[in-house]
Amino acid sequence: MISLELGEVLEQSRQGMHDLATNLFRPIARKYDIAEHEYPKELDLMRPAPKKEPAEGAEKKAEPPKEEKKKEKSKKPKFDNLSGVLSVEELCWGDVGLMLTIPGMGLGNAAIAAVGTPEQKMKFGALWAAMAITEPEAGSDSASVQTTAVLDGDEWVLNGEKIFVTCADRSDIVVVWANIEPSAGKAGIKSFIVEKGTPGFKLEHLEHKLGIRASDTGTFVLKDCRVPKENLLGNPEVKKKEGFAGVMQTFDNTRPTVAAMALGVARAALEFTKEKIEEQGFSLSYDKNVNNVSSLEKEFYIMEASLEAMRLLIWQAASMADAGIRNSLQASMCKAKAGKAGTQITQKCCELLGPLGYTQNNLAEKWMRDVKITDIFEGTGQIQHLIVARQLMKLSSSELK
Amino acid sequence: MSKEQKMIKNEVAKLVKDVVTENAGEMDSSGAIPQDSLQKAWELGASVSMVSEELGGFGMDDSPITTAIVLEELAYGDMAFAVSTTLPSLLISPLVSMGTEAQQKKYLPLFCAESYNPCTLAINEPHFGFDVTDMKTTAEKKGAAYVLSGMKCFVPQAAQASHILVAASLNGKGNLFLVEKGAAGMTISERENNLGLYSLDTYEITLDNCEVAEEDRLGGENGCDFDAFIAKTRIGMSAIGTGISRASFEFGMNYAKDRVQFGEPIVHRQSVAFMIAEMAYEVDAMRLMTWKAASNLEAGKDAKREAYLAKLYVGEQAMRVTDFGVQLLGGHGYIREYPVERYYRNGRGISIIEGMATV
Repeated sequence: MISLELGEVLEQSRQGMHDLATNLFRPIARKYDIAEHEYPKELDLMRPAPKKEPAEGAEKKAEPPKEEKKKEKSKKPKFDNLSGVLSVEELCWGDVGLMLTIPGMGLGNAAIAAVGTPEQKMKFGALWAAMAITEPEAGSDSASVQTTAVLDGDEWVLNGEKIFVTCADRSDIVVVWANIEPSAGKAGIKSFIVEKGTPGFKLEHLEHKLGIRASDTGTFVLKDCRVPKENLLGNPEVKKKEGFAGVMQTFDNTRPTVAAMALGVARAALEFTKEKIEEQGFSLSYDKNVNNVSSLEKEFYIMEASLEAMRLLIWQAASMADAGIRNSLQASMCKAKAGKAGTQITQKCCELLGPLGYTQNNLAEKWMRDVKITDIFEGTGQIQHLIVARQLMKLSSSELK
Repeated sequence: MSKEQKMIKNEVAKLVKDVVTENAGEMDSSGAIPQDSLQKAWELGASVSMVSEELGGFGMDDSPITTAIVLEELAYGDMAFAVSTTLPSLLISPLVSMGTEAQQKKYLPLFCAESYNPCTLAINEPHFGFDVTDMKTTAEKKGAAYVLSGMKCFVPQAAQASHILVAASLNGKGNLFLVEKGAAGMTISERENNLGLYSLDTYEITLDNCEVAEEDRLGGENGCDFDAFIAKTRIGMSAIGTGISRASFEFGMNYAKDRVQFGEPIVHRQSVAFMIAEMAYEVDAMRLMTWKAASNLEAGKDAKREAYLAKLYVGEQAMRVTDFGVQLLGGHGYIREYPVERYYRNGRGISIIEGMATV
């Protein structure tokens, strides 16, 4: 199940994103690689407009009645996920660090949209929400988070430490994972909305990173941090049977997105390399036996093929999600491939570019640093391989560790 | 995949299960595919489906994606079987898409009979640095004829074929010529022995001032779109590489699931499991690259770049995946009792060989 040809609508939206990446992201890519921790104010252009009070009610009236709307929807094929990965590819072709720090588009926002109650969406939907999962002792093993939440009257009391929080400084609120019943293991893990400025919620420091420096990453300490009872996201019940599966399922949608980030960056590196190869008088003709061309051209062709392979695996996972087909296997497959191939392509581009690939006068060295994160966050490449193998062979996590 | 494509895939899969899966090893060691197996595959009609009804075919729309699905399925059984059973399409397909009306009327009915009538394509050449874009076999116009000179190799079933489509360079450009069996100046060698494809008989052909009537130049006076033909064969080879790799992946995975060492199945170890995971997504990637190129053709777009990249990718990955297949079986993988060594030998051919299949 895959859409192999993009229709006109998708092609247009892709082009729109490409223009945005060209005009807004590329010109400031280096600036915020150097000015790490400084908020890229140029991105204010993308800040969502504050929600209007529904005073007039005029807009609501204009909408067709619910049933009719539903019918219309079901007729049209959906392309939400495919259009999503296309946008991400284009924006990350511009700059992945900037893409990760678009105001109002944090991972926490996705969580609120996915599992928030209508009241939570109303109250927090327009804010910029970061997501705090990882802890010093809970990296890939996100089920082992040690942060606790204890109900005390009408408030949850949170204690623990969260690291590697994207948009730590810039966000308005943070969605924090904590365990409300440690004896129940991972089934007790819930997420909480914590507003900035809440007593006991402190941004400890910001990290200095290998790449994606335009995106700030920080550590929070929660010390007797009290949040209102209604800030627990989703269902407060501890379901031992269901366990962690529900939480992990959200990754089915985000993994192709991360893979698309790798694709965008790798494509940027490859296009730049192509430009330089062609300046040297080589023309890529896509017909000769690869053993009869220069090794430079051969390497290029192999990388371009690999890039296509990444793209199609991503489209496959996204197309399946759009069609409502379970895609955990394909989501992990595309991320496993993209994280690895993206890293290899950007490294090889630097190699082929020689000094042009090592100097900060070009972006190639930056792309090599930036793309590496895609093989790490949202599940490392190794974790993706584990998931793929377990799913293929129906092995449990205790059988295949 | 559409409903129709699923149906076709299942039909081919059934054929493969019935006549290939159990027998591929035997075919490989005996060096031949039984005639009745070939006939059964022929009756499915894959090669002649796009020939118009009046010339003896089924008049179906030419769907490169469907053909890729069929090729993958056949090669999943055995590459030699896939090449043998679809061999006539290497002559029929270019004839349908690029032949003159006279050429189509003259030749197509010959290959649309109820029984399998071998015809073949001669495109590879037995020299270092062979390049389909720069062939050493030449054609020269002399009077009302073209004179062909050069050597060809890996020509499947050349000894039995009543007609051979020969690729040659005319004024530096690729062209195709219809050569009849027994043409003066054409010598067919003894059967070749190769690394793989044991059950497919291939031959070397020597063309020594072999004269071909001018009306037998495919496409007539202006020749044919050779690049477009090459793109189609590259997609065909990619589909075959995908099929072999899938076979190796599945066999290796199933073996490793059952193989117990140190008290537990070896797939409980990451070093083994990760190989299997990689094989899984690479096989998907190979298939999608093949389909993407085929999809371009279906959409009426150029597919040169996509076909080139697909064959390059599939060629590289087929070696990797079939290597993993052998490795998963360890010592047993090296023994011909198991099919993975055959996949490994056959898989090596994808990047080396041109034009043994087409969409």
